[in-house]
Amino acid sequence: MAMSLAFHIIFAVVGIAMPVLMVIAERRWQKTGDPIALDLAKRWSKGTAILFAVGAVSGTVLSFELGLLWPKFMEHAGAIIGMPFSLEGFAFFTEAIFLGVYLYGWDRISPRAHLASGILVAVSGTLSGIFVVIANAWMNSPTGFDLVDGRLTNIDPVAGMMNPMAFQQTLHMTLAAFTATGFAVAGIHAFLLLRDRANEFHRRAVRIALMVGVPAAILQPISGDLSARAVAQWQPAKLAAMEGQFETERGAPLRIGGWPDREARTTRFAIEIPKALSLLAFHDPDAEVQGLDAFDESEWPPILPVHVAFQVMVAIGTFLALLGVWIVWHWIRKRELTDNRLLLRALTLAAPMGFIAIEAGWVVTEVGRQPWIIYGVQRTRDAVTPMPGLVVPFITFTLLYILLGVIVVWLLWSHVVRSPRSVSASGVGETAA
Amino acid sequence: MPDSIFTLENVMAAAIAISLFGYALFGGADFGGGVWDMLASGPRRDRQRELIADAIGPIWEANHVWLIVAIVLVFTCFPPAFALLGIVLHIPLTLMLIGIVMRGSAFTFRSYDVAHSVAQRRWGRTFAIASVITPLLLGVILGSLASGRVVPREALLRGGSFADIYVSPWLSPFTLSVGLFALTMFAYLAAVYLTVEAENDAELQEDFRRRALGAALALFVIAFGTLLLAVSGAPRLVDRLTTAPWAIPFHLVTGSAALLTIWALWTRRFRLARVTAAAQVTLILAGWALAQYPYIVPTSLTIAEAAAPRRTLELTLFALIAGSIVLFPSLFYLFRVFKGRKEIEIRD
Ligand code: HDD
Ligand code: HEM
Ligand code: HEM
Repeated sequence: MAMSLAFHIIFAVVGIAMPVLMVIAERRWQKTGDPIALDLAKRWSKGTAILFAVGAVSGTVLSFELGLLWPKFMEHAGAIIGMPFSLEGFAFFTEAIFLGVYLYGWDRISPRAHLASGILVAVSGTLSGIFVVIANAWMNSPTGFDLVDGRLTNIDPVAGMMNPMAFQQTLHMTLAAFTATGFAVAGIHAFLLLRDRANEFHRRAVRIALMVGVPAAILQPISGDLSARAVAQWQPAKLAAMEGQFETERGAPLRIGGWPDREARTTRFAIEIPKALSLLAFHDPDAEVQGLDAFDESEWPPILPVHVAFQVMVAIGTFLALLGVWIVWHWIRKRELTDNRLLLRALTLAAPMGFIAIEAGWVVTEVGRQPWIIYGVQRTRDAVTPMPGLVVPFITFTLLYILLGVIVVWLLWSHVVRSPRSVSASGVGETAA
Repeated sequence: MPDSIFTLENVMAAAIAISLFGYALFGGADFGGGVWDMLASGPRRDRQRELIADAIGPIWEANHVWLIVAIVLVFTCFPPAFALLGIVLHIPLTLMLIGIVMRGSAFTFRSYDVAHSVAQRRWGRTFAIASVITPLLLGVILGSLASGRVVPREALLRGGSFADIYVSPWLSPFTLSVGLFALTMFAYLAAVYLTVEAENDAELQEDFRRRALGAALALFVIAFGTLLLAVSGAPRLVDRLTTAPWAIPFHLVTGSAALLTIWALWTRRFRLARVTAAAQVTLILAGWALAQYPYIVPTSLTIAEAAAPRRTLELTLFALIAGSIVLFPSLFYLFRVFKGRKEIEIRD
């Protein structure tokens, strides 16, 4: 399941943000008649079609896997988190319908209807992401039921959806989708620009992609701070693991980097900023932060992966936000983005970063919640299917995903990237594929 | 105890059944298209394949969501049933998922790969094979449900070999014949729909007319065989289908729809055939659903036993209604844009 999710999330993120890019490009074409913008919209929509199909099939696998791998979890939780999933089902429907209209309808419907279907794809894609993440947030901070003899009774799905992590997580995830996709697209086109400087096609592409990526990247650390404070309040053991905080203390330091050592109960080699963790997590430099010692060791999550993944995410988040600020500043001064080689290099470097941060962030969330599948309610090991030999489907799906991943990359490369060579602003010397 | 059959849980169970009908009528026909892609032959082989690809392209992803809606409703409204199916039918469900993944990806890869390349042909073949295997497995899964051999966890976990628990509930002559039945039914639907799709090409239309008639015949033979196997394989199903008060009228209506379709195909009334074939398939599935009642997993869990708390059902029903208000106009629009050449009708 974790592996299917790690795979699915990449496509899901693209499915959320790519329609926005396509719509911007198409709108620009409609307003200015600029053929390059149209070409961009069409090329991007081809890439999106491929990614969306893989996202849809891997998502289908996930819906079933909930029952195939975690039957007891669903038996417990289905009635309460089914609600966001049902709503998500409709969001998918809308998304798939209008994506079909968008991709195949270029010459069947009016330009206005076409643009509108693109917008609907973007909206329903974002909504479907939000609904699933609400379900995930419920696993982190379950509400809307009473726990009687280990069973959930008195279920209130609406209260379940309004759980205390829902807002922070959905905001953070949505921004993550725009950040990661925006920078990935900008990075790929920046890379190609480095080889073919005058290419107007790639210059437009970088600009549009950054319009989406940069604002999200700048907001992301703020949203991350909201998430971290909610974690501090609702999942203190996760926070302790994220920060490598073994001892409960007042005025806890913020650790940058470092290597938690479970045996020695300490985090080595970290740069410590005094009182900063208390300040960040509770907005009070002397607030008490619970360490792992406040919990029975059987309730500790795996500390090392959580800590490292958190450091990776925050490092990337800081880098992308700074890069975003640089881009804004550069734009304000020069009204141009693609004239600076260093900036293009930095963008190229940033291309995979958002996706790495997303994977790392999910490791923080999911591994940090262990040993619980529903925080404080059900342990992961009590939820798993009794079926033996689970490594067989695991290996099968892993191989399948690797295969699909390779093919997708190859197809995208041959389609979207192998682009018109040296297009000038005046005309598109392109073979419409 | 509510006496009426219109309880909230029955309404939700009906919604699940309807989503499955939707999946069969729309998604099923997409799989059927894959079958005809595999069986494409004669001088117009490539044109047949093109027609199929054009017909499926814009809509298969939307058609596929019917299945997701059904599954989401099962786990929201009937969590214990979902858990039971997930354990006992783990193997066929997983295989079906692999089929779904391969079909969808291969279709897309084929559409976007370099035209006429070796790779593209390979995707074509993968798409076709997955289109055959997935409906077979779907049929096997529904067949094992109908057979009443999906038994509760408690009974399973106590003793019993791996094969007893995880294989024998779904592997029997009866379930396999249901698999074959589902496959043929989807191929039949697809062929009928494709006759309309080929409206501007008389030769192609004739190709698919012949295929539709052949499939209708095959469907009849397989249905008969399945029924024979069901006598021992799914006795409760047979009993309901023969003795329930609705049984006789039901068979009459279904039979008429089948004959009407054949007549319409014969006399080249393709648009009529499309409607009656869809009606026929809906009726067949409705018969199965009615025969299951009041069980969601015969005979381990009834709909009432498996139902989630009332509040969940109420809210889900509300979500369903709200969702449908968005969904149906959108679906209508999709089909009008891509299928509505002359008039608006349901079509794959
Ligand atoms: C582009 C991707 C990206 C970037 C740049 C960041 N994050 Fe993040 N983060 C995610 C992508 C992400 C994520 C993958 O989307 C997660 C996983 C679960 C979730 O809701 O969002 C996440 C989770 C997550 C959590 C855990 C929430 C939970 O367990 O419930 C915290 C505390 C943060 N993030 C904090 C930050 C901070 C302080 C960042 C700042 C600089 C930051 N993130 C940048
Ligand atoms: C709505 C979204 C999600 C749901 C409902 C969900 C559900 C679950 C469940 C049921 C588990 C416990 C079982 C297991 O170990 O596999 C789990 C763990 C895990 N999930 Fe998620 N997950 C979600 C999102 C994600 C995403 C996007 C990732 C991507 C990387 C992810 C990565 C993991 C990992 C790595 C674990 C393993 C934790 C461990 O056992 O140490 N999850 N998740
Ligand atoms: C954090 C986690 C997740 C996010 C943000 C997310 C978001 C999305 C998005 C945006 C799509 C649209 C298709 C695409 O873009 O490729 C999608 C597809 C899908 N997702 Fe997820 N998803 C997540 C996890 C899950 C989980 C846990 C499930 C299963 C229960 C799931 C089930 C599906 C299904 C069934 C589809 C296919 C819908 C279709 O056919 O169009 N997703 N997801």
